[in-house]
Amino acid sequence: MKWVRNRLDQLRKPFEPGEKYEKFAPAINAFDTFLFTPNHTTKKGAHIRDVVDLKRTMITVVLALVPALLFGMWNNGAQYLYQERGLASVFDVPFWDAFLEGAILVLPLIVVSYVVGLTIEFIFAIYRGHEVNEGYLVTGLLIPMIFPVDIPLWMLALSVAFAVLIGKEAFGGTGMNILNPALTARAFAFFAYPLYMSGNAIWVHNGSTDAVSGETILGSLASNRFDGVVSGGASDAVAFASSSVTEVSSTLSSLNFSDMFMGFIPGSVSETSALCIAIGALILIATKVGSWRIIIGGLAGGAAMGLIFNYFGGLGGEYVSELVNSGQITLEQIKNDAGAVAALELGGWDATLLELGKNQLFNFPFWQHLVVGGFAFGIVFMATDPVSAAQTLKGKWIYGILAGFFGIMIRVFNPAYPEGIMLAILLLNVFAPTIDHYVIQGNVNKRKKRLKKAKTQLQAA
Amino acid sequence: MSKDIRVKKGLNLKLKGEADKSIVDAPRSSIYAIKPLDFHAVVPKMVLKEGARVKAGEVIFYSKYDEPVKFVAPVSGTISEILRGAKRRILEVRIMADAVDEFVEFGKMDPMTADPAAVKTRILESGCWPFIIQRPYDIVASAEDAPKSIFISAYTTAPLAGDVDFIVSGKMEAFQAGVNALSRLTDGKVHVGVGKKSALGSINNAEVHTVSGPHPAGNVGIQVHHVDPINFGEKVWVLGAEDVAIIGNLFLTGQFKAERIVALAGTEVADADRKYYRTIIGANVTSLVKNVNTTETRIISGDVLTGDKLASDQALNFYHNTLTLIPEGNEYALLGWLPFTRNNIPSISGTSLSWMKGGKSKVDTNLNGEERALVVTGEMEEVLPMDIYPMQLIKACMTGDIEKMENLGIYEVAPEDFALVDYINTSKLEAQEIIRLGLDLMITEVG
Repeated sequence: MKWVRNRLDQLRKPFEPGEKYEKFAPAINAFDTFLFTPNHTTKKGAHIRDVVDLKRTMITVVLALVPALLFGMWNNGAQYLYQERGLASVFDVPFWDAFLEGAILVLPLIVVSYVVGLTIEFIFAIYRGHEVNEGYLVTGLLIPMIFPVDIPLWMLALSVAFAVLIGKEAFGGTGMNILNPALTARAFAFFAYPLYMSGNAIWVHNGSTDAVSGETILGSLASNRFDGVVSGGASDAVAFASSSVTEVSSTLSSLNFSDMFMGFIPGSVSETSALCIAIGALILIATKVGSWRIIIGGLAGGAAMGLIFNYFGGLGGEYVSELVNSGQITLEQIKNDAGAVAALELGGWDATLLELGKNQLFNFPFWQHLVVGGFAFGIVFMATDPVSAAQTLKGKWIYGILAGFFGIMIRVFNPAYPEGIMLAILLLNVFAPTIDHYVIQGNVNKRKKRLKKAKTQLQAA
Repeated sequence: MSKDIRVKKGLNLKLKGEADKSIVDAPRSSIYAIKPLDFHAVVPKMVLKEGARVKAGEVIFYSKYDEPVKFVAPVSGTISEILRGAKRRILEVRIMADAVDEFVEFGKMDPMTADPAAVKTRILESGCWPFIIQRPYDIVASAEDAPKSIFISAYTTAPLAGDVDFIVSGKMEAFQAGVNALSRLTDGKVHVGVGKKSALGSINNAEVHTVSGPHPAGNVGIQVHHVDPINFGEKVWVLGAEDVAIIGNLFLTGQFKAERIVALAGTEVADADRKYYRTIIGANVTSLVKNVNTTETRIISGDVLTGDKLASDQALNFYHNTLTLIPEGNEYALLGWLPFTRNNIPSISGTSLSWMKGGKSKVDTNLNGEERALVVTGEMEEVLPMDIYPMQLIKACMTGDIEKMENLGIYEVAPEDFALVDYINTSKLEAQEIIRLGLDLMITEVG
């Protein structure tokens, strides 16, 4: 160890203050401090310090991401190979085949994300003359994890550059950004290259070819709204709910809740496994690196919104059953025959009820909403970003609940944006300072009230 | 009406090297020093020159902008040196001490029967006034003010710090006299915060509060906040309990007896030497510990969280009753950032397993990381038992936003209350310094 240290000290020499490459010191420091925690001692303030530092905190988040990442590699490989090889399910693919195939697909994304992002971070650190902050270690890993696996590398690079430059450095760098950088990258790509970021074909490698279907559950729920009613032959809302999952579409016919929870479904690189995300969440909560208030709040908010939708979906389902049972119309007609529906001359609330009954996203059980799509990943790893989240304890509750609430709302109301959680978190990022403002204003008002009381007492005396 | 103060938030750092609870006489220091820098915001105006003879209690300088506030010699002797720094700022007034002290005789006085103005004058002329610290701002009180109330903390929670309760319980008579004197200086009350089952709980002419909980519960500012928080325009005076006893002694004997019982603590002190030493304010470090290598050992006047770094031949801080020696941590740690490693360092972070270790820890001065941007939220609140948003207040101080600082409670805090924030925060932010600068800004802008 001593030898390594001495070699490093020699290497560092040209970067010391007063030497030739002094300006580039942050760059070499970034590597040096990775190997060795520096020998800096306290200069002022408390003479002793806690062992925790930003590097340790960020590495903990990376640790929490590892289960989801490894699972994502396997899943991406398996989702592709089982369809390409014409196997019955993902489990028929040999484990290492799937994992290696997935790793080959995913690793380039990670490399590109880190290289592009860290290059910009280093340049800004040297330009501004501060040390390189470790925040990008997490951001750089998060970004590939929330992209579809087939995203062209240059698009990823551009998204990363946009997120770091506009999303972070433009606001003053780490700790100053308003929006979560990883989500900024995704949002940029989502709106700049919608063909590569949304739709039904992209969620599995080579998903646009005929042999492979690249659909997600949410995508099919949104586009095949009515299948559940028909194939389930449902007579009430409960049946809708249970049938909607199993009979969504032909390629997804084998899906059930445990598949969705474990993550054996198509989706962004690492967002699918609620189990792995839950492990990550436990790591974040146990180490106090992620706010449990935001995570619990987010899940509660999402569940609440889901329940509200389920209630109205249920009303619609009952109405549809009534129509069908009274013989006015058949399910087949509701699905395919717009003329027959129009002939019923339903007005106002009745028409709405029919629409609600047809809408599978409304009837998708609330607890299943929490495990499909990017919801869990977003709440656990994105919403908890301490810089862009609310900073007060009370604010974190409000922020978390609203993020979950809006996430499900956007997903259901606008099927074009099934990844509502991304937009919901970005929206709440923008409102987080406002939430904090009102929470803190409560404290300020208390103080002002106390002052007023003291003044009146003084006058009375 | 006394009030129990139960503090929940905070952190007790369990460190090795506590001083043994036995008091011995320290050898008399040959040189004593009064350091004007110990009195924040005081501009000293010298009265005596180098070579002048002084008695204990004789004025050596006064505050330029508050002339009645005098600073006196703690011992009798000859002023051997006036040490100046940049811009001729006075750093130290050194006094070569006589073998036996000769005192200025102020005369005995019973503060309870004397005129309040006379009590005040006596405290001012005898040089006891600098013991009185004003909150807000944490500076020496102004001679013109009358405070809303006076607070004395006799409860120690700071790591390795000298236990005030233990020190003062041997000076009960003087402490009571001091409380009596202080009670004449305010229309409000004198509040004393004591630990559970403290002998000081029986004190008269004061309201006694039982304080419990982890550090910083012993900080007087925390107690003020819980009993009678400071509003804009109000002033509260705070004193150290041992300083109250010195004031009491002044009234009992008529002499300024600056006796200080100092705890010698820290892992770099030999086991046998870790005791309480009876010495005098301004005593030199060499009278307590000798031959310290300051590249390997840090000498701290005060506790490890709030103290001043000293050279091996400097005097203790005017207010401090602790001398701590801990190892300098100027060493590299291979992959020191790995989570769940280096658990020997006490931590509230979940990335450390120090809570499993139990027992006491040996700590050094390593920063354990580098300064970074503020990223982690919610951790500062865990160690500040006040109804205040610490991070927001720190940010307001950094940007110098006076209105915001005022709204967020700058008048209620002192740098020492943020010492644990220094300790625990992930970004290695110098919270105490930021708060001090914020308070200084308030002094110049609001006054």
